[in-house]
Amino acid sequence: MRIDGKGSVDRAAPVRFRFDGVEYQGFKGDTLASALMANGVRVVGRSFKYHRPRGVLTAGSEEPNALVEIIEDRQQTPNVRATVQEIYEGMEAKSQNRWPSLKFDVLAVNDLAAPFLSAGFYYKTFMWPRAFWERIYEPLIRRAAGLGSLSGRHDEADYEKAFAFCDLLVIGAGPAGLAAALQAARAGADVILADEGVAMGGRLLADSGQIDGKPAGEWVRDVLAELGAMPNVRLMTRTSVTGVYDGGTYSALERVGLHVAARPDLPRECFWRIVAGQAVLAAGAQERMIAFADNDRPGIMTASAIRTYLNHYGVSLGKRVTIFANNDDARQTARDLMAAGVEVAAIIDARPDAPVAEDCPVYAGAEVVGTKGRHGLTSITVRHRGGDMQIETDCLGVSGGWNPLVHLTCHMNGRPVWDASLAAFLPRAGAVPGMHVAGAAAGVFSTAGCLTSGAAVAVQALGVLGRKAVPMELPLAENAGYDILPLWEVKGKGRAWLDFANDVTTKDVRLAAQENFASVEHMKRYTTQGMAPDQGKNSNVGALAVLADATGRGIPETGTTTFRPPFSPVSIAAMGAGGRAEGFAPQRFMTSHSASVERGAPMIEAGMWYRPSYFPRMGESTWREACDREVTMVRGTVGVCDVSTLGKIDIQGRDAARFLDLVYTNMFSTLPVGRVRYGLMLRADGHVLDDGTTARLGENHYLMTTTTAAAGLVMRHLEFVAQAYCAGWDVRFISVTENWAQFAVAGPMAKALLETLVEVDLPFMGCGPVQLDQVAARLFRISFSGEQGYEIAVPARYGEALFRDLLARAETMGGGAYGMEALNVLRIEKGFITHAEIHGRTTAFDIGMEKMVSAKKDCIGKGAAARPGMVGAERDQLVGLRPVNDVAISAGAHLFNPGTEVTRVNDQGYVTSVGYSPTLGGYLGMAFLRDGRARHGEMVRLVDHLRKIDVLCEVSDPVFHDPEGVKLRG
Amino acid sequence: MRITCPLCGPRDRREFYYYGSEDYLTRPEGEDWDAIDAHLHLRNNPAGRVRDLWYHDMGCTSWLVVTRDTVTHEVFGAALVADGGVSISAKMKSKGGAA
Amino acid sequence: MRYSGLKVITEGLFGNKGWKPMWRDPAPKAEYDAIIIGGGGHGLATAYYLAKNHGLTNIAVLEKGHIGSGNIGRNTTIVRANYFLPGNSEFYSQSLKLWEGMEADLNYNVMHSQRGLINLFHSDGQRDAFVRRGNAMINQGDDAILLDREGVREHLPYLDFEQTRFPIYGGLLHPRGGTARHDAVAWGYARGADMRGVDLIQNCEVTGIDIEGGRVVGVQTTRGAIKARKVGMVVAGRSGQVAAMAGMRLPIESHVLQAFVTEGLKPVIDHVVSFGMGHFYISQSDKGGLVFGGDIDFYASYASRGNLPMVEHVMEAGMTLMPMIGRAKVLRSWGGIMDMTPDGSPIIDKTPVEGLFVDAGWNYGGFKAVPASGWCMAHLMATGEGHENARKFRLDRFKTGHLLDEEGTGSQHNLH
Repeated sequence: MRIDGKGSVDRAAPVRFRFDGVEYQGFKGDTLASALMANGVRVVGRSFKYHRPRGVLTAGSEEPNALVEIIEDRQQTPNVRATVQEIYEGMEAKSQNRWPSLKFDVLAVNDLAAPFLSAGFYYKTFMWPRAFWERIYEPLIRRAAGLGSLSGRHDEADYEKAFAFCDLLVIGAGPAGLAAALQAARAGADVILADEGVAMGGRLLADSGQIDGKPAGEWVRDVLAELGAMPNVRLMTRTSVTGVYDGGTYSALERVGLHVAARPDLPRECFWRIVAGQAVLAAGAQERMIAFADNDRPGIMTASAIRTYLNHYGVSLGKRVTIFANNDDARQTARDLMAAGVEVAAIIDARPDAPVAEDCPVYAGAEVVGTKGRHGLTSITVRHRGGDMQIETDCLGVSGGWNPLVHLTCHMNGRPVWDASLAAFLPRAGAVPGMHVAGAAAGVFSTAGCLTSGAAVAVQALGVLGRKAVPMELPLAENAGYDILPLWEVKGKGRAWLDFANDVTTKDVRLAAQENFASVEHMKRYTTQGMAPDQGKNSNVGALAVLADATGRGIPETGTTTFRPPFSPVSIAAMGAGGRAEGFAPQRFMTSHSASVERGAPMIEAGMWYRPSYFPRMGESTWREACDREVTMVRGTVGVCDVSTLGKIDIQGRDAARFLDLVYTNMFSTLPVGRVRYGLMLRADGHVLDDGTTARLGENHYLMTTTTAAAGLVMRHLEFVAQAYCAGWDVRFISVTENWAQFAVAGPMAKALLETLVEVDLPFMGCGPVQLDQVAARLFRISFSGEQGYEIAVPARYGEALFRDLLARAETMGGGAYGMEALNVLRIEKGFITHAEIHGRTTAFDIGMEKMVSAKKDCIGKGAAARPGMVGAERDQLVGLRPVNDVAISAGAHLFNPGTEVTRVNDQGYVTSVGYSPTLGGYLGMAFLRDGRARHGEMVRLVDHLRKIDVLCEVSDPVFHDPEGVKLRG
Repeated sequence: MRITCPLCGPRDRREFYYYGSEDYLTRPEGEDWDAIDAHLHLRNNPAGRVRDLWYHDMGCTSWLVVTRDTVTHEVFGAALVADGGVSISAKMKSKGGAA
Repeated sequence: MRYSGLKVITEGLFGNKGWKPMWRDPAPKAEYDAIIIGGGGHGLATAYYLAKNHGLTNIAVLEKGHIGSGNIGRNTTIVRANYFLPGNSEFYSQSLKLWEGMEADLNYNVMHSQRGLINLFHSDGQRDAFVRRGNAMINQGDDAILLDREGVREHLPYLDFEQTRFPIYGGLLHPRGGTARHDAVAWGYARGADMRGVDLIQNCEVTGIDIEGGRVVGVQTTRGAIKARKVGMVVAGRSGQVAAMAGMRLPIESHVLQAFVTEGLKPVIDHVVSFGMGHFYISQSDKGGLVFGGDIDFYASYASRGNLPMVEHVMEAGMTLMPMIGRAKVLRSWGGIMDMTPDGSPIIDKTPVEGLFVDAGWNYGGFKAVPASGWCMAHLMATGEGHENARKFRLDRFKTGHLLDEEGTGSQHNLH
């Protein structure tokens, strides 16, 4: 019910929303939880395992019970905390983990079967018969488990990521955080103040206290006005700092559009990476429950949540409230309720010596031992000095004390420290370099203490930042002590919940101890305590205490609890913002891209690049037809292919030649200017890294070509070799891959075509500058097809024009463009290797190039390549394959000796590349075969189980086309 | 994690490529397989302070020797491999000492 | 105590008061026939098979913390046998067979679920590489099915087939691949070993390895000296440090691998899906959480925690491949310490010290290997001879060049 005169929701702004199909009205400023309470809705969810009816427990992001689905058009968001979700006009929410309805949930039968569903019961059964696990048991378990549902549809919404930098990050804008931010900001530091709430102020907004004789809210407004006016301050509300990482890096999640009806101009969330010189953690503390029989009924909440709903939202769930506590703080809830006109039936205070002077009955030394009311609390049973008694009540506020929110201090493996006087874990000093903890997060619970502590740590942080603090006078505020008698559990017969979200009771923890799961980690994993959406925030300390009791140890000896990121759950979409669709990786386009697309070429990914697969012509219905034609065209007339994706590295310096001798297996210092040489490069471990041609453009000037795939790898390798092993050498290099567009012109008429453009006078493997009208171009006589071939390179801005021009000229000669498919067939016919062959496990020996490892000089990888396992007959060696009958063969097939069984032990090798050769009229393959070079002419059996191919092949040299190289040189 | 590149200043870890221990800097010549094993494979791999090699891939393309702690991830400093892995501040100190 | 459905019911009727401890907490004896350092999955499995297969029961497992506190409790629970290099194939094949009999053997439900694993490929070249792998799996006697794009769509209709950066060409389905409940594996082996008389000694850190005349004679621990003439180091994640106690340097660098789990969701992902182009793999646990991970953080670390660049990369990979998971919220992230070897394959071998054995270098694939690793390590420790299925996992293979590099990325510890 609404309480007149209380709360800061805008009563003039009604908001309509739906929950489980029923329309309700709340006000602007309400959360779903407060609005449902105002409407008298008590049951908002069902528990995970026993499907017990559950109501709202808290008023914050730690909520374990009130998890709902927010439904949008064809999309939905599961497991949304009703306590955080602000309502907006037309919002639709749905309860989850129940069937068919929240009121009648079939799986509530689990609650009756609870004795058989004790902790870890599933490890002891469902084993027989074996096949039933996947077919029957597991599907049933999976269907019953889980909470909310994803829609199964792509999340098309917008999410963002951003970086921010500051001197001081203040986490939490309660009294401590505000004081810290003010102190730092006045000293001129760049401050980010982040708070997960809608409004800043923390508990000051939820409590009824005063600061400097004024309502605390007024002080908050004044401070925020001052901070907001300062250019060095950024205030971030609805922003939860979720993780602490190295070097002062913090992650934070900002809810940008989640509280408004879908607006395409707003991202739903923004994931921040904040780099801070120093940080102040002022995250506050969280009230904890006490375990007693049936403590999970709707209507049972934390005492502070009742206060928040009353003071901040103007709502009370109960008409007749009771309080059960072991400390002073919960008294304030009773007082605030009574002041607002809500009846408080009793305060049950576990402390025998608790003060009893209140405007309602107080039972000192008493405990709640039971509750009633399946769909909403109706009464509690209290055990006190005079015996047991029943109290009619529809809302019970519980306070088992406060846990400082130490979570972020644990993200770098720092374990918190037990403080017996506060009965709580406190942050370990120095747990996070550069982070100072203030206020309730540090165990300082009074408002005055928080203000002092916040200002003090800010001064410390300023000191580290090298800034002088400006003296600041702190306002007067409440300075009460914190008197607590630890009470974790009221022992008794019924089930007493610790972890509401995962349905873990004290019995489960005791059973774990009984079965010798005595360490905290064992207990947690065995009972699943702490693994639910609230991440154990509501149960870790209590469960630890019960385990300590069960094993006869103290809490500190039993262990500590730790926390890992994120502080509160973060959507995959927010952390993965930008990765959707093509955003996952850069896209690189050649200058010929649009010309190829215009010709209908399917563009396929080659690393980050897109390259044309083939250029279809009228009447061709399959890629093979186009590919065969393009191969025949290159062999018969002339073809043009964009090869700009190959890595190009410009290398200069007096020691350039010496450097190339070191990185290549073969000699480049002897290469004459104006010539090109094929080079083989090894990794330090002796395997082939890459191959390609390198041209000597001048005495001290080389241009290296790498494969497309290894361009970045080679660049990094060269940088390493140069910087690590070539100190003092005069050699510099830079990638020019994107600066030059380069086109292969191949075929018997290649020279004729080029001569219409430039002067062509190059020997095989020659190179030189050419003038293309006004453009300084480069011409190389190299071939990857086995035909007479040239590559012409121009500055990238002329690439598209040249490509179109070359194609037009080629087409007049009966030639044209060829794509990747034809390129592949051409190189297989010629026995040229690609990364299908040099796949990282092959050596120069394997590919028959051991003679290219110069004996006259050292090179990277040479020694390692000579290890016994890297050479020798037991290694697979590169061969060519042709099927005996003219049938298809396939890459990825394995090879066997005819007559042997097709099993691993008989495996003789595998096929790396296959193509249909229109030139030779059949399939050709390249393969690695055990001791293959000695087996040319032998038959092997090629078996591809997956594609159902099983054929005999003849082993040969891998060079099928023009083995003497007549065409190449002609 | 942030690394202070001697040339570029403090940068996010995502700008850097990690290679491995500084053992890679000692390159044996010839076919001494024990030396190759030590160069490529065998590692002290301490839980504590290490000197390892990072490449400022998305920056100045310098190879760096970074001194850091493998348990706390604290970064103590970075020096250019091309300077023999001696940090600039250390060099300044030694120069100062000589003067 | 034998577990069964009937037992669960009878115990339930009597207040679950009769369940016995799953293992004892014995005090360490002065001497054992063999000691296994490390009470993780591999160490516990080694102890179990030493007792079961070789009748060696006067043995102890020494664990620094509590059993199962290493990577067995910190992984993405994937079980598969889809290797292609001889040496790996037969080992993981044996391991999968042991998984398939594990529940019956251990009388413990480890929830091994053969939900099927699909490795996606995104180019013709990748398809050929996966065909090579699939054929190797079948040659080994395991299962593999090649799926084209439409085949993948039938199994995984929720992938983004239209817009994802690396179009889906198809996938290799490994029907017997799947997941298991990771902690239960440790507990099941622990209980099985304990029942056979093995002493599981927790909170007992080994601080020294005693060697006399080139042979091991015992270990020093935080709970006193313990003698044994056979000692197995089974401490992946900390292998280098334990081996250093015996004066050895290992070909291992420790790296952190992060993993993530979301809040519980109703069933939405049935298979294990692996997306090589994004280094992303995902499955859904029986409890409903999406369990997923990516590549290691790439820098040497013992911190058991990682940094944001890899976190974001993993999430981005998920968003390009299966954007329907966008609204699932990550509940917890964690990091495990990985023994990374220069070729990505493990080591199960003798050491130069007589009686001292090493089982290490599991990179980030140790979980599925637990049963076969225990089996082969037990065989090695009991007989002194390497098991035929682990014959290529030699400690000296890096020096001799007999590498087992499935990824082909070469001698760089963090690239595997």
